[in-house]
Amino acid sequence: MNEITCQTLVIGAGPGGYVCAIRAGQLGQDTVIVDAGDLGGTCLNVGCIPSKAMIHAADEFEKLTQFADASPIGISASKPVLNLKKTVAWKDRIVDQLTTGVEGLLKKARVRIVKGHAKFLDGKTVEVEGETKTLIRAQSIVIATGSAPRELPSLPFGKHILSSTEVLALKRLPKSLVVIGGGYIGLELGIALSKLGSKVTVVEAAGALLPAYDKALSGPVVKTCKRLGIEVHTGTMAKSFNASESTLLVEDSDSNEVEIEAEKVLVAIGRRPVTDGLGLDQLVIDMDGEFIKIDQQCQTSMSGVYAIGDVTGDPMLAHRAMAQGEMVAELIAGEPRIWDKTVIPAICFTDPEIVVVGLSPQEAIEQGHAIKTETFPFLANGRAKSMEAEEGFVRIVVREADHLVLGIQAVGRGVSELSAFFGLACEMGARVEDIAQTVHAHPTLGEAVQEVALKTLGHALHI
Amino acid sequence: MGDYVIKLPDVGEGVAEAELVEWLVAEGDVVAEDQPLGAVMTDKANVEIPSPVNGTVKSLGADIGDTVAVGAVLLRLEVDGEGNADDLGSAPEPVDAPAIAKADTPPSKPAPTKPEPQPVSTQKESTPSLVEQGVFTQFRKDGERPLASPSVRRSALERGIDLRLVPGSGPIGQVTHADLDSYSTSPPATGRRPQGVPKLDVREVKVVGMRRKIAERMQQAMSEIPHITIVEEIDVTQLETLRSSLNAKKRDDQTKLTLLPFLMRAIVNGVRAYPEINALYDKSENLLKQFEGVHIGIATQTDRGLIVPVVRHCEALSIWSSAAEVSRVSAAARDGSADRSELSGSTITISSLGKFGGLATTPIINAPEMAIVGVNKMRTQPVWENGMFVPRKVLNLSCSFDHRFIDGWEAAQFIQIMKSQIENPAELFLEPDDE
Repeated sequence: MNEITCQTLVIGAGPGGYVCAIRAGQLGQDTVIVDAGDLGGTCLNVGCIPSKAMIHAADEFEKLTQFADASPIGISASKPVLNLKKTVAWKDRIVDQLTTGVEGLLKKARVRIVKGHAKFLDGKTVEVEGETKTLIRAQSIVIATGSAPRELPSLPFGKHILSSTEVLALKRLPKSLVVIGGGYIGLELGIALSKLGSKVTVVEAAGALLPAYDKALSGPVVKTCKRLGIEVHTGTMAKSFNASESTLLVEDSDSNEVEIEAEKVLVAIGRRPVTDGLGLDQLVIDMDGEFIKIDQQCQTSMSGVYAIGDVTGDPMLAHRAMAQGEMVAELIAGEPRIWDKTVIPAICFTDPEIVVVGLSPQEAIEQGHAIKTETFPFLANGRAKSMEAEEGFVRIVVREADHLVLGIQAVGRGVSELSAFFGLACEMGARVEDIAQTVHAHPTLGEAVQEVALKTLGHALHI
Repeated sequence: MGDYVIKLPDVGEGVAEAELVEWLVAEGDVVAEDQPLGAVMTDKANVEIPSPVNGTVKSLGADIGDTVAVGAVLLRLEVDGEGNADDLGSAPEPVDAPAIAKADTPPSKPAPTKPEPQPVSTQKESTPSLVEQGVFTQFRKDGERPLASPSVRRSALERGIDLRLVPGSGPIGQVTHADLDSYSTSPPATGRRPQGVPKLDVREVKVVGMRRKIAERMQQAMSEIPHITIVEEIDVTQLETLRSSLNAKKRDDQTKLTLLPFLMRAIVNGVRAYPEINALYDKSENLLKQFEGVHIGIATQTDRGLIVPVVRHCEALSIWSSAAEVSRVSAAARDGSADRSELSGSTITISSLGKFGGLATTPIINAPEMAIVGVNKMRTQPVWENGMFVPRKVLNLSCSFDHRFIDGWEAAQFIQIMKSQIENPAELFLEPDDE
């Protein structure tokens, strides 16, 4: 058995873990990172990046499909043909480039990479089961084991019942796909497959699609589903799958049972933290439900043991994990750090995209703020019009007393790129005046943000 | 009319210079012969400088706190007749217009008989305050998260500043880097009180006279002497019984007994066993001078600061005469009448703050002595005795020793002798075996 002694051990090489390890290495810590799978974790291999690649391919395909009919912008083309194998191979190359890049960054930071499943023996010792067994002793250990798709007990994952991971690796487009779960993962992939040509049905237990978002923001996405012919069953529970018939039995809110055609089923009901096999029972770690409980410095209940990312609960977002990973590496290096972020932006890469930063009007009111809130539609934005992206709007939420920007949300094509600007405004403690009095380049979608700020002050110019 | 120059006279004690601690006159004041003009300080004594002639103060030659050499010009008077300026060989000052105007002005006010106010000046901070800049300074409501950019938050964390306490100067109370800077130089005493107004005045008090002397001596003692301080608990129940019974029977002409005379006797008996503790270190000769006589300094708080008058030859004093001496020399120190012999020559010192004496102190040795005995406050506390708690009067002694010359063992033994004698007061009065 190999034995390694190091200062910092990171378990899990997803975005939280690898960022933590790189930063630890930069700070001169003798660092080891362990992962049984490919570097980059869910995000790079089977999550954020590959799904965005597939969404891009679907958008391109849809564009050509529209040109084949009659496009208002004077472009016509013949009907496009999809070679999904090639699409997936293209996506895999992107993933390969990025994971290779991560490996290079880790090496540059002099981080040692150990392949295998990590298991705690005690709070300072981890056994890694890979090709060989490795015993790693570390002064500090960071748990960054992430999350995995949650399974429905009645519909275990298999040949036809897929998680997002398998959907992103499909060799052949299914004729029909039922998506169980109308959250962002289900809709991102459902919309993509619908654009590529599958007959998509979405089954959501709650009363509306994207239940985590307010109706104003989810409205344009619902509209897209209609346009694409995506059948939506809300208030509906999935019951069982009939493989021979390729049908999914569901029960609607009136207890009526309905059979839906389903060559494949995507179960996207959420993600669960990955802690199995980690040997947490060897430690005295406090849990928060199924998640690892952490404090404001990502410390677990055991000193010297940290946890970051999805394994610590919501919001399960790569950029949160990365920020936590960076903070923990610096804490271990003795820097004074605390989790003091004002906002964590969240984005749905649906069509159109949704960006949520800070407080929605309702959240602000629930938190006791007297607020002013305004929206500005992309219909009145020149850039949006010129790129056929008139759907959607920007919304701002400000505190009435001093005009502090509490939140900015937007729905519209390409608004994900505005999230950086929304986040900066909130982190800096900007007032709505600060946005209104900043010159925004013309013609850009960002002008809509300045306009919504002006509108809040009672003098929007372009509406 | 002529100028009369007054120079710093030889104030004795072989000093070459003295610190000016007080002006009793100001420019333009009319002074009479023998009227005190000011005071200079040498070692521990203040010396007043009288005017040798009648005249009007023309100019002062030094500021309070200045060190003036003997023979240097202290001030100039304008006098009837010739004056002494020429005699002293210094050219008369050029006569300019204001000087003439002043000379022609009839004497306006009599010389003050009281000293001028202490050299205290008040001025604003040099950087304009936020309030002066017209910037709205806000304090947040309790529990409200401070508004600050990420880099300000990080900087506060790294500088150990609680951001919640920093008033923000941003338009809506955002904390800026500049706010952190001004907070870290002067955190507002008002803390989190909502709408509190930060006070920005800085009072400047010159460190002069006694205070400067005390500061120098403390600094010197602390930096030259490696102190070892031992704190021991002493049961004074028996001694207190004895003391109150003696006080109840005392004659009117006897001074009321405090704890001090008893402690002094314990010191006398302690240093008899450990004479190295009753010694002075002569640095220039690298000699320890052990004294047979025990001259105990009594650290005394006065209006001017800490003074240590001395009770001499404690080994020869009765309890009653010790009490009388302590009372006499400390009174003399307080009213400023103590002479040099009463203010110097101690071989060991007692420091007692009575009921304000705290639980323990780390007294600083009165250099070049070897030890100082700090007396902490007396208190009644339960003591487990014969299967029950009984109330006992106890106090702590905090004694510091010069660890260059006194080892921990000797120091501890010395304290044990004192403890034993005080706890069994009869021992205080046992005559030592003749050797």
